[in-house]
Amino acid sequence: MSTILIKNGRVIDPSQGLDSIQDVYISGGVIRYIRENIKRKASITIDAKGMIVAPGLIDMHTHLREPGREDEETIYSGTRAAAAGGFTSICCMPNTRPVCDSRTTVKYVHARVLELGVVNVYPVASITVGQKGEEIVEFGDLVDAGAIAFSDDGSPVMNAEIMRRALEYTAMFDTPILDHCENMSLSNVGVMHAGYIQSLLGLPGIPGAAESTQVARDIELLEFFGGRLHICHVSTEASIHLIRRAKRRNVDITCEATPHHLTLTDELVKTTNFDPNTKVKPPLVSEENRLELIRGLQDGTIDVIATDHAPHTTKDKDKVFKEAPFGLIGMETAIPVLFTDLVHKGIITINQMIEKMTINPAKILRIDRGTLKTGVPGDVTILNPNKRHTIRSSRFYSLSRNTPFEGKRCKGAVDTTIVSGKIVYTKGKIVEE
Amino acid sequence: MKFRHKNLLTLEELTREEIELILENATGFKEIFTRSIKKVPTLRGKSVVNLFYENSTRTRTSFEIAAKRLSADVINFNVSTSSVQKGESLLDTVHTIESLGADFIIMRHSCPGAPQLLARRISAAVINAGDGAHEHPTQGLLDAFTIKEVKGGFEGLNVVILGDITHSRVARSNIWALTKLGANITIAGPSTLLPKPFERLGIRICTNLKEAIKNADVINLLRIQLERQRKNLFPSIREYSLLYGLTQERLKWAKKDVLIMHPGPINRGVEISQEVADGKHSVILRQVTNGVAVRMAVLYLLSGGEEA
Repeated sequence: MSTILIKNGRVIDPSQGLDSIQDVYISGGVIRYIRENIKRKASITIDAKGMIVAPGLIDMHTHLREPGREDEETIYSGTRAAAAGGFTSICCMPNTRPVCDSRTTVKYVHARVLELGVVNVYPVASITVGQKGEEIVEFGDLVDAGAIAFSDDGSPVMNAEIMRRALEYTAMFDTPILDHCENMSLSNVGVMHAGYIQSLLGLPGIPGAAESTQVARDIELLEFFGGRLHICHVSTEASIHLIRRAKRRNVDITCEATPHHLTLTDELVKTTNFDPNTKVKPPLVSEENRLELIRGLQDGTIDVIATDHAPHTTKDKDKVFKEAPFGLIGMETAIPVLFTDLVHKGIITINQMIEKMTINPAKILRIDRGTLKTGVPGDVTILNPNKRHTIRSSRFYSLSRNTPFEGKRCKGAVDTTIVSGKIVYTKGKIVEE
Repeated sequence: MKFRHKNLLTLEELTREEIELILENATGFKEIFTRSIKKVPTLRGKSVVNLFYENSTRTRTSFEIAAKRLSADVINFNVSTSSVQKGESLLDTVHTIESLGADFIIMRHSCPGAPQLLARRISAAVINAGDGAHEHPTQGLLDAFTIKEVKGGFEGLNVVILGDITHSRVARSNIWALTKLGANITIAGPSTLLPKPFERLGIRICTNLKEAIKNADVINLLRIQLERQRKNLFPSIREYSLLYGLTQERLKWAKKDVLIMHPGPINRGVEISQEVADGKHSVILRQVTNGVAVRMAVLYLLSGGEEA
């Protein structure tokens, strides 16, 4: 196995409070040491002057669509999109066909990753059989097979008793429930955030309360019955208030927000003339809601930035707004968008961004990654904070093109992605074996 | 002044001057109706396709007559017997129609934004004949035309739009046209059918009928749909009628010369009583006649015509 020496980069590792110009030495697939001016020889030397050297990024919310919808994404294409986006580890959601609710499917995903993947993939299994919300899965067997967490993402658990039992039972295994909070009776046939823009456009609305009533319910269940709860893709002001208050009374709860909810608003549906690439769940919200998300990001209420990468084919998306499926892809645009709209505008620091994409998700998932400590797997992401470029979906490694950021001018990019001491992506290209 | 738009998709995107231009032209076209030969050669050799994904009698017929009076060839594309039923996508259908040589596509669709999707992709001119609950621009124009014809102008006029505003494209197009032209708008009906964010447009929102129509110069009634009751947006047609049904008695709350309008089809005995619908204040049938003149003006201006 090759040795890699990364020289002269600004090493930022929030897990150790590190932020200084140093060299990083990787051998045997693990981080050996970080020090100034390492002289030792390495088979590959990377000059990272002017770059940021961070622990490999983690995206704890993606959809790889395999098995079942290999026309939208595959483990092959999805892990390459991840690498191109700087992610060395990703979680994949269970809403595949079949649903990832059995040992067989978890093992299938693992086998495919071993064969075709270029980054670490942690399968998330469903909470209920077939994501039907009726009976709980064999949590113990699934954990043993390698499921990292549980989620009925996309078809949330509406029955409070089932959510209660899932929280209580999974507490035995210390695995989190990744909670897609949406009261389906309130979101109903809605296709965009209910509010001013939605009223003008005459589209059916999804009220913010569809999310926050469910967040409130699940915080109550967590406090009454225990377990571990992580709220997915938080999007409204009310949800942030609920989570912030829960954290203040030391409830063990975490949450994530997506780059699109942090940077876009429901106005975009109107200014793009109903472009289905602005249709997502939860929907893009109003500016007031977005600003509260930003405050939540700044004060630590939001622990994690995750993309909710949700590929859909152009055939499926190229429809009238109401009929197009929900979802956007995000792995290959996350870093450019976050740099451009949040970091360079002084809204969050680079360190905050990296913390929410490395050590914080690693802690929630209880994985020994997201850090550059000696001895951990050599996952490193090198970022070029000043590179100017324009987002072009035609260059994506993802099989899908459903991004709302097409044509966006950005400052900040992923330079190199290293997984377990092996360069998998550098200078715009996946490194194939 | 030349009309700078290729399509008519919304009234939101038109300026006051552009709306006034359409109304002026409609006046000219309406004059043709009194002639013995009600036809002009303006659109000779042009094809107009009516592409209606939702049922409609009056709007489709109105566009057809308007186009024919301008000497255009009119094709009614019947969605229910076409390849749409075989699963052909909207865009494929439209590209096919365009390849057949259509110059105008008049489209009605249940999804807001459908005509926008069309306009992005094709070179023919697109006229929105109603997209879901979004807009119905020619209805907004014909309502404005009718008000102007009777009242002479819009400045300071109190217009009440009464009924299910949330699900109404007619309401939205009326609001855009009439606020731009200087009228005061009140939307009224049960609170579950009034979009509260509309306050930002500077219009009044009112749930009490008496309060709403006090001093009204115009009351524009919207059809109330049974389907909404099933979704618990109001308890029953009976209760709707009790609270908001416009009767002769209640009409006294408004101004003496109040104008009663309705885009049709009307539910007699629900939102409007028999007497009011057929009474002296009602201009419901005049709206239908004016619809043809307004649609002629729209087709004419979109074809690049100079002032009539």
